[in-house]
Amino acid sequence: MATPQTQALTAEQVTALPQIVAHEVRREPKGWTSWITTTDHKRIGILYIVTTFGFFILGGVEALMIRLQLGVPENTLVTPQVYNQLFTLHGTTMVFLFVVPMMAGFGNYLVPLMIGARDMAFPRLNALSYWLLLAGGIVFYASLFFTPPEAGWTSYVPLSGALYSPGGGQDAWIYLVHLTGLSSILGALNFYVTIANMRAKGMSWGRLPLFIWGILIYSILILLAMPVIAAAVTMLLTDRHFGTHFFDPTNGGSALLWQHLFWFFGHPEVYIMILPGFGIISEVLPVFARKPVFGYKAVAASTVGIGFLSFLVWAHHMFATPLPLAVLIFMMLSSMTIAIPTGVKIFNWIGTLWRGSIEFRTPLLFAAGFIALFTIGGISGVFLAMFPVDWQLNESYFVVAHIHFVLVGGAVMTIFAGIYYWFPKITGRMLSERLGKLSFWLMFVGILTTFLIQHVAGLEGMPRRVYEYPNVGDLAADNLTSTVGAFILALGVLVTIINVLRSLKHGAIAGPDPWRANTLEWFTPSPPPPHNFDVIPEVRSLEPLRDIRAEVARATGVTEPVGTGG
Amino acid sequence: MEQTEHNTTPPRPKLIPFLTSLLLAGSAFALLAPAAQAFTVTTPEGASPNAHAIHEIYVLALAFGLAIFLGVWVSLGWCLWRYRARKRHAEGAQIHGNTRLEVGWTLGAAGVLVVLAVFIFVKLGSIIDPQNSGPEGEALLERGPLYALAERKLPPSGKRLEINVVGRQYVWQFVYPGGTGPAKFGPTYSYEEMVVPTETTVVLNVTAADVVHSWWVPALGGKVQAVPGYHNYTWFKISKPGVFHGQCANICGRDHARMIATVRAVPPAQFEAWLAERKRDLEIAGEEAANARAKMAQLRGPQSVENP
Repeated sequence: MATPQTQALTAEQVTALPQIVAHEVRREPKGWTSWITTTDHKRIGILYIVTTFGFFILGGVEALMIRLQLGVPENTLVTPQVYNQLFTLHGTTMVFLFVVPMMAGFGNYLVPLMIGARDMAFPRLNALSYWLLLAGGIVFYASLFFTPPEAGWTSYVPLSGALYSPGGGQDAWIYLVHLTGLSSILGALNFYVTIANMRAKGMSWGRLPLFIWGILIYSILILLAMPVIAAAVTMLLTDRHFGTHFFDPTNGGSALLWQHLFWFFGHPEVYIMILPGFGIISEVLPVFARKPVFGYKAVAASTVGIGFLSFLVWAHHMFATPLPLAVLIFMMLSSMTIAIPTGVKIFNWIGTLWRGSIEFRTPLLFAAGFIALFTIGGISGVFLAMFPVDWQLNESYFVVAHIHFVLVGGAVMTIFAGIYYWFPKITGRMLSERLGKLSFWLMFVGILTTFLIQHVAGLEGMPRRVYEYPNVGDLAADNLTSTVGAFILALGVLVTIINVLRSLKHGAIAGPDPWRANTLEWFTPSPPPPHNFDVIPEVRSLEPLRDIRAEVARATGVTEPVGTGG
Repeated sequence: MEQTEHNTTPPRPKLIPFLTSLLLAGSAFALLAPAAQAFTVTTPEGASPNAHAIHEIYVLALAFGLAIFLGVWVSLGWCLWRYRARKRHAEGAQIHGNTRLEVGWTLGAAGVLVVLAVFIFVKLGSIIDPQNSGPEGEALLERGPLYALAERKLPPSGKRLEINVVGRQYVWQFVYPGGTGPAKFGPTYSYEEMVVPTETTVVLNVTAADVVHSWWVPALGGKVQAVPGYHNYTWFKISKPGVFHGQCANICGRDHARMIATVRAVPPAQFEAWLAERKRDLEIAGEEAANARAKMAQLRGPQSVENP
């Protein structure tokens, strides 16, 4: 990190020369067609965020239906077939159509702004990524009108094969994985090239915002993992329709091969879903603690470390399958090792809060809530890494609790932190703090109520993906608690939806930098113009905007914060 | 305002409020612990040595896990409360990090994992290596036939009762050793309820006939996935008679929730009687089926059936 300029500004430096010379200024296209033809990374980002939030609502409704069915023992609200369809739709939606593309949405909107670029490296490819995603979602949900898939988001063979899942829903699932996978691969390529080549002058790797580190590693993981699942589902497709036997044990194929291929993709996928979220937290905490991030290098390095290790742990999802002992031990040790960089992150985030001057705005609440909840998911992850213990816990509600602490307590909380943090930049208006705080507390309590008790249900022997359970032990009380919690959580999400819709029209005007933040996106007006920056500032530290504020204060003698929302 | 590039050594945090909050959290935890006993917070202590060893590892991990959980929540809560902004737009301390702390918590986290890993390796043998049967069980196995395949872990004496567990939509089938009976009916088998002798090492050879299933009776150890085309093994040894419940743990289709498994442990003598009775029942059923088939084969005209 460099020290900011200390000498007074000269007149030349103040009136910077324009970096773009245009012979005409084209009117910004308006109307709904402009959203279809756009290649502006910000508009594509908004399309991503709005679309994936729509899928989040669909997946949430499916989750509520699942919880309603499980609310009481031996319930008959939905049939076993519908129940299996529900959890398949829910899991697939949340993974492929919500968390991963939502992170791509934030990345699309923010990567060029945060690194000081005027657009992504390949704007048209960027638009294609979005439309492929939407097509994947439509193809998948179109299966609602005939036979939705019912083999789970993991689609283990032979259950997902033609013999046991003859309906077209499974093919819709395969098509979804292909389309969203292609969308992710193209998007990741775009992010990588953009970050590698289009950073503002002075933004060395050591000054890259931590959210950008998150997106960078997210992109590399996608580029390495997505082709594997693409290959696997292609093999499944040819097994189902063209007479191959890759996964067919009765013809010399291997049912275990699917699990290896799926989880070789599936475990990096977990980090694809959470690393950008880690980045959001690393951006939000310093701004609201009024303090630099604690241990920048350690946090960035742990992102890289987690990314690397994520390719060495896939068989911890397969501890109960027939695997040699040496494989079990290797996968256990590598999985436990991931707890170290993850722990380093958590300690550094707490270190960022330590001795800060913490302003309790909604993004900070979601970020702190994330640390609290994700810690639970991280600890239960270590339990699952120990293969003898995993033999008792896997495929039970303990695992359901774990993935939801990691994905709802983790990824969803970071997404909400991001929404509250960047909404003023994207729309130019502030979200209501009162509704935001209400939403946070409902969600925080809702997540704890829904998922903490699921550990207990799992330890009592309740397997996952069962449409009913007998009234033994505490299972009835456990599940009712969980169902009540799910509705509290849903109410919290609803409050944010209302907040967003209301604030679009009635929110306070945000100004360029309502939070007095540190990164370059806050240098632009809110919302930013199509070309983002009139002048791209030179970056001299990890906190360029802080340097700029200091410069302005020195040059003008005015120390009032920039922006009006603060 | 001053910006420094190097890592300043942070002054020591105020210890008293930190310890106070730690104490408060500790006492809250002590009060909540009895309440938590109403819930199941551990894996079952188990009715078999392997399940018990898993339970011991789980309890150690739970102790570490709770300590780390409390540590994170208390320090997070304390930081949030202690360093809340007193003035609008006040700046926090401009600390960029601390290398010694960084190294410290990296090594600390690694240390916890090393302890856990070592404990697992210590316990591993008692989980994956079948033990010898008790005297009564040994005596039983001396009398009964053994089913031999070389590729699995066996108890030191080599003697065990080996049951083939076959998962199929949506029922577990248990095939007992013993070859073909006089009616050439094949080995004795049962569905849903597996009856086993106490004090006897039982090795399960788990496979599936259609899709992937997962064998799980929590009190008798962890899960084993039943994958078509593969053999998977587990074992247990039950000391006292009892009934243990479980069910298929891997989604296997629409009636996955109904694919239950029960293990009933009875004294060896009773087991032998049960097995003989079961064999007799199957033979009778087999004869009846053969008679019915013979009868149907003689039917002519509209009542006839193909391939009776």
